[in-house]
Amino acid sequence: MAVSDPDLLVVDNLKTHFQVPAGIVKAVDGVSFSLPRGKTLGVVGESGSGKTVLARSIMRLNVASNALVSGSVRYDGQELLTKTPREMQSLWGVEMAMVFQDPMTSLNPVVKVGRQLTEHVRHHLGVSKDEAKQSAIQMLRSVRIPEPEARFDTYPHEMSGGMRQRVCIAIALACGPKMLFADEPTTALDVTVQHQILNLLAAQQRERYMTMIMVTHDLGVVAGRTDEIAVMYAGRIVEKAPTAHLFSQMKHPYTEALLRAIPKLERPKHTRLDAIVGRPPDLINPPKGCKFSPRCPYAQARCHEEEPTLMAAEAAGHSYACWYPVGSEANEKALSDNLAARLPQALAAVGEIEATEEVPGAVVAAGENN
Amino acid sequence: MGLFIAKRLLRLVATVFAVTLLTFLMTSLLPGDPAVAVLGAEGVQNEELLLQVREDLGLDEPLPVRYVSWLGDALTGDLGESYINSGQSVSDTIGDRFPVTAQLAIMAILIAIVLALPLGVLGAYHQSKWPDTASSAVVQVALSVPNFITGIFLIWLFAVQLEWLPASNWNRMSNGLGANLKTAILPATALATTQMAIFSRLVRSDMIATLQENFILAAKAKGLSNKFVLLRHALRPSSLSLMTIVGINFGALLGGTVVIETLFAIPGLGFRLINAISQRDIMVIQGITVFVAVVYVLINTLVDLFYVAIDPRIRRS
Repeated sequence: MAVSDPDLLVVDNLKTHFQVPAGIVKAVDGVSFSLPRGKTLGVVGESGSGKTVLARSIMRLNVASNALVSGSVRYDGQELLTKTPREMQSLWGVEMAMVFQDPMTSLNPVVKVGRQLTEHVRHHLGVSKDEAKQSAIQMLRSVRIPEPEARFDTYPHEMSGGMRQRVCIAIALACGPKMLFADEPTTALDVTVQHQILNLLAAQQRERYMTMIMVTHDLGVVAGRTDEIAVMYAGRIVEKAPTAHLFSQMKHPYTEALLRAIPKLERPKHTRLDAIVGRPPDLINPPKGCKFSPRCPYAQARCHEEEPTLMAAEAAGHSYACWYPVGSEANEKALSDNLAARLPQALAAVGEIEATEEVPGAVVAAGENN
Repeated sequence: MGLFIAKRLLRLVATVFAVTLLTFLMTSLLPGDPAVAVLGAEGVQNEELLLQVREDLGLDEPLPVRYVSWLGDALTGDLGESYINSGQSVSDTIGDRFPVTAQLAIMAILIAIVLALPLGVLGAYHQSKWPDTASSAVVQVALSVPNFITGIFLIWLFAVQLEWLPASNWNRMSNGLGANLKTAILPATALATTQMAIFSRLVRSDMIATLQENFILAAKAKGLSNKFVLLRHALRPSSLSLMTIVGINFGALLGGTVVIETLFAIPGLGFRLINAISQRDIMVIQGITVFVAVVYVLINTLVDLFYVAIDPRIRRS
């Protein structure tokens, strides 16, 4: 199986629950997916949807001592969840690497860029200081840092944010990992720089035939740059589809709402953005039934009672977890019923009222929240 | 960088000037007549003799004149002569005593740092687990026991019970380093315990803050060993406040070894200062105080320069 297996990563029913004084936070609550070699998966969701915890749980990086992780993560045929911390250390950097969100804080301010680029190469690959330096300069050149020889001897504070993120990418790629995690790699950067960094990541991913998971809250970031997208809500994947397909044929109301929240140029000026009604759910006491139901314009009685699991759509590779999927007749009927009942979620969805963070009590009561 | 050093040196000169002025003023304001102290009980009766002594010591001149002439001499390295032990040069006394006190202070600081680093790092790394609790307990004890009690305990253990080391006295380095260290190790350790406690608390709390930083997580994600991450990534950014306190406490130790010097009968600067104070030997008091203050200021300037070595970001400002 090991060689012929096309999937580099197989995640099965992964759960990461944190024990806190107030109860159990189900940050990741039963996530399953598989990722073929050389492919890119975008994981999209609001803050607090569990996407960062998912990435770190797969990599087993910095999982707090109060975390209970269960399920299975198979990487290249090996189960990761049963590995010792020391065994994981020998995978980090060489097999799997991570690019972090904020390049201003993820480089050590008192260590020269050169050492940060070479220390793990020397540690893992046992090459000499000189060889490591040569390959680091090569690496800096390939992430398009001008004058790499001079940059090698500088400190991080002497560079701009975009430059630093390039350095972080160079560090992540230095040992030639098979799997790259990019956790909001452009969130802290200027829009113009974002574009360059995303293109750089995509180019490196193709060139090195890396498998990549790109975590972001911004659907715009993953559009056109990933093979597949998984939309996360409250610790679960609620919809997963090939990228182009997801944008045209989304089934889950949450995905639809996320797409609507992206500003569009063709709209008239000063159009109000379509925000999503309400806030992300409390992960300690999540709403009963579908966790999106209190905010969903289409929610019916069943949604507040029964939680849907991922079901396959007609198109290959597309699955969603919704009783009243977008584009279906049942969905249209649900919306017209909710509009007739003047539910604020539905009214906000058709633009009749403005979305607010507060969901009126009556609606929450229907879901017996808390 | 050059400008940075120049600025610090300018500040150094200004501070030293202020220190001499303040010291001179304060010692002049000390109650009691130095001439009385010089002559002793019998001389007090003799008004003529008193006037004579005052004139000899230059005490009849107005304060500003005395200050300027004293400062002029001090700049050439002449801090005057002792009033009591006539003819004894204050500069020579300092030259004789200072190496002893400096050695004690340096050894105490070094011992403290060597013990504090592992305690602090372990405490931070195993925060709230048993190694942290254990090191906190050690620190609490070290912090709450005064130096002289630690000194007495060390004498009891190593001199009286085990008979490994002498209980008191001082061998100068000229008598051989081994002999010197034998007499220095106990008082230095007694001085070091409190410092060790303070240093390790600082390292621990700074390290805990550093370990929360993103760059530490990023270093871990590179697959570096825990030890490497701790020592090569976390320690340096966690040692800035340690540097400050080492500088300040070293200066404080130079003037604060009195009790330990007395306990171990060590001919240091502090011992001499206490002596001078009880004899109202103003020249000696002035000389030693100014000297210690200048050394203190010098050390703090050095610490400022050290910052730059530790944190490259400071070079820019």
